[in-house]
Amino acid sequence: MAITHPNQADLLESGVVEVDVLERVLAKALEGGGEFAEVFVEDRVNNAVHLDDTRIEELVSGRTRGAGIRVLAGATTGYAHSADLSPEGLLKCASAAASAARGKSGGTHVVALSSPARNRQGETVPPESIEKQRKVELLNIADEAARGRNPAIKQVSATYADSRRRILVANSDGVLATDGRVRTRFMVQCVAVGDTGMQTGTDAPGYTQGFEFFDAINPESVAVTAADRALTLLRARPAPTGKLPVVLRRGAGGVLFHEACGHGLEADLVGRDASVFRDQVDQLVASPLVTVVDDGGFEHGWGTSAIDDEGTPVARNVLIENGVLSDYMWDLIRARQSGRASSGNGRRETYQDLPMVRMTNTYLVAGETNPDDIIADTEYGLYCASLGGGQVNTATGDYVFGVTEAYLIENGEITDPVRAAQLIGNGLETLRLVDAVGNDFDTWAGTCGKDGQGVPVSAGQPTLRVAELTVGGTARG
Amino acid sequence: MAEIPIFDLALRVVEKAHPGEQVEAYVTRSRTTEVAIHAGAVESLVVAEPAGVGVRVLLGDRQGFAWAGSLDPDIIDEALGAARDNATFATPDDSLAFATLADGAGEVAELDLWRDDILTTATADKVAYALAVEQATLGADPLVRAVESAHYGDSATEVAIVSSLGVQVAKRSTGCSVSTHALAGQGSATRTGYGFSAGRAFADLDLNVASSDAAKRAVRLLGAKQPATTNLPVIFDPLVTRSLLALVGGALGGEAITKGRSMFVGREGETVGAPNLTLVDVPTDPAAFGASSHDSEGVPTRRVELIKNGVLTGFLHNIVTGRRAGTATTGSAVRGYASTPGAGARALCLTPGPNSPEEILVAAGEAFYVQSVSGIHSGTNTVSGDFSVGAEGLMVRNGEFAEPIREVTIASTLPRMLSEITAIGSDLTWFPGGAAGLTLLISEMTISGS
Repeated sequence: MAITHPNQADLLESGVVEVDVLERVLAKALEGGGEFAEVFVEDRVNNAVHLDDTRIEELVSGRTRGAGIRVLAGATTGYAHSADLSPEGLLKCASAAASAARGKSGGTHVVALSSPARNRQGETVPPESIEKQRKVELLNIADEAARGRNPAIKQVSATYADSRRRILVANSDGVLATDGRVRTRFMVQCVAVGDTGMQTGTDAPGYTQGFEFFDAINPESVAVTAADRALTLLRARPAPTGKLPVVLRRGAGGVLFHEACGHGLEADLVGRDASVFRDQVDQLVASPLVTVVDDGGFEHGWGTSAIDDEGTPVARNVLIENGVLSDYMWDLIRARQSGRASSGNGRRETYQDLPMVRMTNTYLVAGETNPDDIIADTEYGLYCASLGGGQVNTATGDYVFGVTEAYLIENGEITDPVRAAQLIGNGLETLRLVDAVGNDFDTWAGTCGKDGQGVPVSAGQPTLRVAELTVGGTARG
Repeated sequence: MAEIPIFDLALRVVEKAHPGEQVEAYVTRSRTTEVAIHAGAVESLVVAEPAGVGVRVLLGDRQGFAWAGSLDPDIIDEALGAARDNATFATPDDSLAFATLADGAGEVAELDLWRDDILTTATADKVAYALAVEQATLGADPLVRAVESAHYGDSATEVAIVSSLGVQVAKRSTGCSVSTHALAGQGSATRTGYGFSAGRAFADLDLNVASSDAAKRAVRLLGAKQPATTNLPVIFDPLVTRSLLALVGGALGGEAITKGRSMFVGREGETVGAPNLTLVDVPTDPAAFGASSHDSEGVPTRRVELIKNGVLTGFLHNIVTGRRAGTATTGSAVRGYASTPGAGARALCLTPGPNSPEEILVAAGEAFYVQSVSGIHSGTNTVSGDFSVGAEGLMVRNGEFAEPIREVTIASTLPRMLSEITAIGSDLTWFPGGAAGLTLLISEMTISGS
């Protein structure tokens, strides 16, 4: 892919670090007796424009640049990081990491890096090539569209955000790889005011691509979606409580499977005995209708990259196939300990963080049923069109989810909107209770938090039904 | 790179202000240690010095902002240039201003928030302490089968705030904590329990508190079941109360208020809670983990009364939200280097009531004691006031804990909960996370189960 902007050059091409320096730094890192060392270099630029209450409130530019050095000695990982990328700064950082993980086999080491594996996304329109004024205008368009939807929309805030993250990974196994990723996101939040009080609605599509994002994403339609969610809630009644069939609209429920089963399939949690999926490989853990995949290369996915943050090429990993658990997700350390290859799921938020097993784009594969038939086949239940955040205790599988747009299903038809519902359940149980899977599909972009680190992920799923989930609403029983 | 004091770095940025513009630099540098333990071994040891700078430029009544997670002089210069350029695209706003020396003039709390032992204690001793908390958790109860993970973490943080309007603040603080997650029971019957101990000094930590709390909280949930849906009085554990207060504090923040995004908008002087409810933010109290002599704009902090005897009496403002609301800053600016100042609480605290937690259990009759909640951000809305979160805990009968409960949601609305607080415990405890906890009794919530 041709370079049309200097920021598209990778960290070697742009001279941020030199190969011979990396080799010396890795050798230094092994002097304390570690058996594996790695240098991770990151240079990330963030740009955002915020509109609030019709005003362009803020343009923000951010820059993160530094290196993290990791040394493995036995079961211990030593880690140090520095914003100083000079050879002296990197060598000092290597010494600090080496002293945090002292091993038995000290001495002199020679590390020879292979020729670099270079990856480039090839976004067609680099965000740096777009005038800031153009980004400002997109927000004004969204503001007007949301306000024009209904006079009940009293507050509109909107954000345009792009980021370019360039990384380099070099390790004592000789791996040398670079990658560069551009992400673009557009978010609109509306507050609607009516007789029942204030309600909020949000829409926030995000994709791993450049400014060409706006070829497919229209600021007006994002605004209208957010406005309509807030307006719908104004006329919503309190959600019912108790156990109900729940139909999740395409794209809306992927995050539930991300939380309810994805985290439990991360090899670090499995190894820590903090997963209900431990010792379940080759076992039937879900309804035979369920196939779950994590795909780090999903086209333009919010969690997409060419390599993970340990230099391993990403892959399409099948986690559950027709209900049977096929494999966990792995990073380098957990894979080394188990004598296998990483699945390309070693990720970190920034160079200041240790990598760990993380999801990328996780989705439940589409089935064969017409989504309309799933609704028609549900006598009474909840139809969830949008979910908020959620949380899971991976050791027990118990999870909880906020519902941000939902309707009742009565006699096979979607009827009144309801508000303030939480879904609560257990991951293993929920997977077994999936009893209808549609032939449609959509994804959702978000930030996944684990041990204090947030990384971009997407989740996806077809319209599907869970035969029974506990809905915690506010309708008093 | 020779280490330049961060105050000097901040001064250097501000000295580059062009005529006709105001510049503010917020610089922070920390020294941190993090230890993770699993199965009797050190899983990871991270020793680091994270640092960063945030630069604001005010061109008349337009503001630009840029930040850098690096103190490299070239990158700081780049941030100043970007902030300057960003300002030209912002909508003029006459509420925008930086703090001056006149803002919040008066007493500055003299707080000694720095303990040298965070830096002088050997890393090996910190590692040994983390290993010891894991062992203590395993030994605390025979029903604890494993420890999911044990952690030690500390930080020694310096902050410098300098502006071209004469603000020159340097502050520093230390903190540390040790925590552990106990696992009890097998397979999907596994229950988890969290315990921690936190302090300013390494010597403040008590691993026995962390380990026995973790074990007790996991073991007492063994055999937990999902109950039938019902309405009951609910008792909040002090940690749950802390989370509730943090939510309420967010809705009392100046930004939420001036932007109309809070259930408290326009309710000043009105009754918003039970008569026994008095809520203050006390960043001047050195016992609070969020204590601070100055806020993030360099304005001296002070005690801010928010709710008195159930009546809403005030909000938390920074310079901009104070001007926008037609009042003044309350010294409540909060930020990190990668964002412009918000307005929020550092040390929220309910005035304790007369009753011990044991007395509250007796007074509650049949009730649900909530040990922990989940989904507090996805399940609550401080604009509409809706509140519905996942919960686990224990039934209470005859003043004592009875059977354990799991997989339920507890629901109400925040306004209703605040007005239905029928007892506030005497057990005030400061926790990390911007608020103090104590036992709270709410007369009725919906418990959704089977």
